[in-house]
Amino acid sequence: MNAEVTTIKTAAETALAQAFSQVRDRLPGGDAVAAQRAAAFDLFAREGLPHRRVEEWKYTDLRALMRDAKPLAAPPDAAAKTRAKGAGALLGDLEARRLVFIDGSFVAELSDIANLENGLTVVPLAQALSDGDATLTAHLGKLAPGSDVAVALNTAFMGDGAVIRIAAGSTIERPLHLIFVASEKPAATFVRSLVVVEERARAMLIESHEGPSGSDYQVNAALELFVGEQAHVDHVKIITEGADALHVSTLAAAIGAQARFNSFTFTAGGAVVRNQLFLKFDGEGTVAGIRGATLLKGRQHADTTLVANHNARDCQSREMFKAVLDDEAHSVFQGRIIVRSHAQKTDAKMMTQALLLSERAEAYNKPELEIFADDVQCGHGATSGALDDDLKFYLMARGIPTAEAEALLIQAFLGEAIEGIEHAGLREALMDSVVGWLKARA
Amino acid sequence: MALLEIKNLHVEIEGKEILRGLDLTVNAGEVHAIMGPNGSGKSTLAYLLAGKAAYTPTSGEVLFNGKNIFDMAPDERAAAGMFLAFQYPMEIPGVATMTFLRTALNAQRKKCGDPELSTPEFIKKVRETSAKLGIEQDMLRRAVNVGFSGGEKKRNEILQMALLEPRLAVLDETDSGLDIDALKIVSEGVNRLRGPGRSFVVITHYQRLLNYIVPDVVHVLSHGRIVKTGGKELALELEARGYAEYQEEAVA
Repeated sequence: MNAEVTTIKTAAETALAQAFSQVRDRLPGGDAVAAQRAAAFDLFAREGLPHRRVEEWKYTDLRALMRDAKPLAAPPDAAAKTRAKGAGALLGDLEARRLVFIDGSFVAELSDIANLENGLTVVPLAQALSDGDATLTAHLGKLAPGSDVAVALNTAFMGDGAVIRIAAGSTIERPLHLIFVASEKPAATFVRSLVVVEERARAMLIESHEGPSGSDYQVNAALELFVGEQAHVDHVKIITEGADALHVSTLAAAIGAQARFNSFTFTAGGAVVRNQLFLKFDGEGTVAGIRGATLLKGRQHADTTLVANHNARDCQSREMFKAVLDDEAHSVFQGRIIVRSHAQKTDAKMMTQALLLSERAEAYNKPELEIFADDVQCGHGATSGALDDDLKFYLMARGIPTAEAEALLIQAFLGEAIEGIEHAGLREALMDSVVGWLKARA
Repeated sequence: MALLEIKNLHVEIEGKEILRGLDLTVNAGEVHAIMGPNGSGKSTLAYLLAGKAAYTPTSGEVLFNGKNIFDMAPDERAAAGMFLAFQYPMEIPGVATMTFLRTALNAQRKKCGDPELSTPEFIKKVRETSAKLGIEQDMLRRAVNVGFSGGEKKRNEILQMALLEPRLAVLDETDSGLDIDALKIVSEGVNRLRGPGRSFVVITHYQRLLNYIVPDVVHVLSHGRIVKTGGKELALELEARGYAEYQEEAVA
C-alpha cells in the first residue's frame, strides 16, 4: 500500500495554498527561481504546517498557533512610510546604515543606500531576482535547510529582502541595519535576505523586526549568511514585534576557516516567536559566540531552536541563551551541537538558563549533543529557577526596594549574555531596552 | 528614648524556638556586645532585625526609634537607619560593586527626601571611604563580593556601613575569618563611625574583637535569652571561663 499523503486541512494551510496558486506567476524571478519556489511549496503541501508530532516543533505547534494565514502584504502606503521613519529606535543613536522594509517591501526613500563603502554591494532581493543577479543565483537556497517547512514557505513566497555582498578583504565599519517593520494592516510577509561576506572581510549586520501591537500580522523572515575564510562577522537580531504578531525567522549560516562569528538574538516582542539558527562550521580554527536574551510576559511564547554543526576540526563555539519569563509566558530552547567524526579538537559549550518571575511561567530547555568524533571537549548545561531570595534580601537590607532589587538581579542575569556582544553601543542599547522592559513590569 | 527596644521576643524557625523571651535595650550612641556559644540565637537576632523573610516572631515586639519594625520591609528598615553587616556577605555575579553601592545609597537618600548624589560626588565619597579601609579600586570594579577573600568581603561590609551611615549597625561575627591586620582595619572603620548619634550591636564569639571595639555593655546570650549583662570586663571573664555556666543556667 502507498503511504498516505497528508491532506491539507487547516484554514491557514488552505489559505496558503490558495495564495500560492494566485501569486506564483507574479512573484519575482526567472524559471530556475520559479522551480525552487514550486519545489518548496510541494514540501509544504506534503507536510502541512509543522505541529507537535514533528519533533523539531514539539513545543511550538505552528499548526495550532496559526489559526489563519493573513493575505500577502500589499506595497506600503504613504502613512505606513511616515510611521516607519521612527523604526529601529531601540538602537538609540547607534550609527548604522539603515535599510528599511515595510511589510516586507524595500523602501528606498527611507533607506541609506548612497555612498556605499568600497567593497559593499546592496541590492533589494526583488530586484536581484528580476535581474538574475549573479551573487544571488550562486548562493540562494544553498544554506537554508530543505526539510524545514517554515523555510520552505519562505522560499515559496519570498518577495523582497536584502542581497548584500562584502568583497574580500573589505572592512565595513558602519553596521548594516536591516529594519523590518510591519504596518498597521494585518498581513503576511515573507522576506528573504542573502549576505555574502567574502574572505578576510569584516562587517556587522543587525536585523530588527518590529511592528504595532493590536495587529495580528505574520512574519516569515529568512537570512542566508556566508562567512568566508578569516572573515569576521557580528550578527544581531532584535525581535520586538507587536504584542499580537506571529514571527518565524531563520538564520542559516556557513562559516569558513579561521573566521570569527558572533550571533546574538534579543527577543522581547511578538505573541508567538520561533527563532531558528542553523549554523555550520565548514572550516577549521573558527571561533564563534552564539548568544541570546529573551524577555517575555503575558502569554507570550518564544522558541529558540539552534543547530550548531561542527563540520571541521579545531573550531570553538560558545552558546549561551538566557530567558526571563513573567506572568504566563513560555520559552523554549532547543539547542543541538553536532560534531562530525572529522571535527576533532572541537571545543563547544552550551548553556541555557531561564529565570521564572511567576509561578505560571514555563521554560522548556532541550540541549542535545551529537558527537561522532573522539577527541573533543563538549558540554552543556541547563538551569531554570526563580530569583535568589538571599541575594534579594541582601540588596534590600541595603535599602534597595523590592522592584529595584529584582531589576538589578535580572539585569545581572541577562548581562552575562549581553556582555558577549563586542559593539559597546549595541550592548548599551540592549541593556537600556532591558531596563525599559523592567520598568514597564514594575 | 531608646533607639532599639526588644521586649520578650520569641522567634521560631521551622517549628523550633530559637529566641525565647529576649529583652534588650540599646540607647543612642551606645555599643553593645552580644556574646554567646554556637546556637544561642545570635545570628537569628541579627537576621530578624534586618528583616529576613523566614525570621518572624511568635510573640514580643521590637521597636526601632519607637516604631514597630515588623511593619517594615527590609529596605524600609535600612532607610530608617538599620544596618546589618552580614556574617556571610552575598556574592552577586553581574552586579558591579559601584552600581550596587550607588543604587543603595541613592535609594536611601530618596526615601529620606535627600537629592541623589551626582556621579563625581559619589565617586569621591567612595574613594575616600574605601581608601581608609584599605580597599583597592580594583575591588570596586568587580562584581559584588565575587572573587573576594573572606577579609575583603568583611571590609566591603564596613565600606557599605560607612557610606550608608546607619543609626544602628548590627555586626554579625564580623571578626570571623579575619587575620589580625584585617581585624584592626575593620575595627578602626567601626570606631571612626562611633558617635553620639550612632549605636552598635556587635555579635561575636570571641573577646578579641572587643579589644579593638570597646563596648559599653556586654550581654551573654544563651538558649535564646540574655542571661547576663555587664560592662566590658564581662567579656574578659567569658574569655577566661567559657560559656558553660551560662548554658546550664539558661536551660535550668
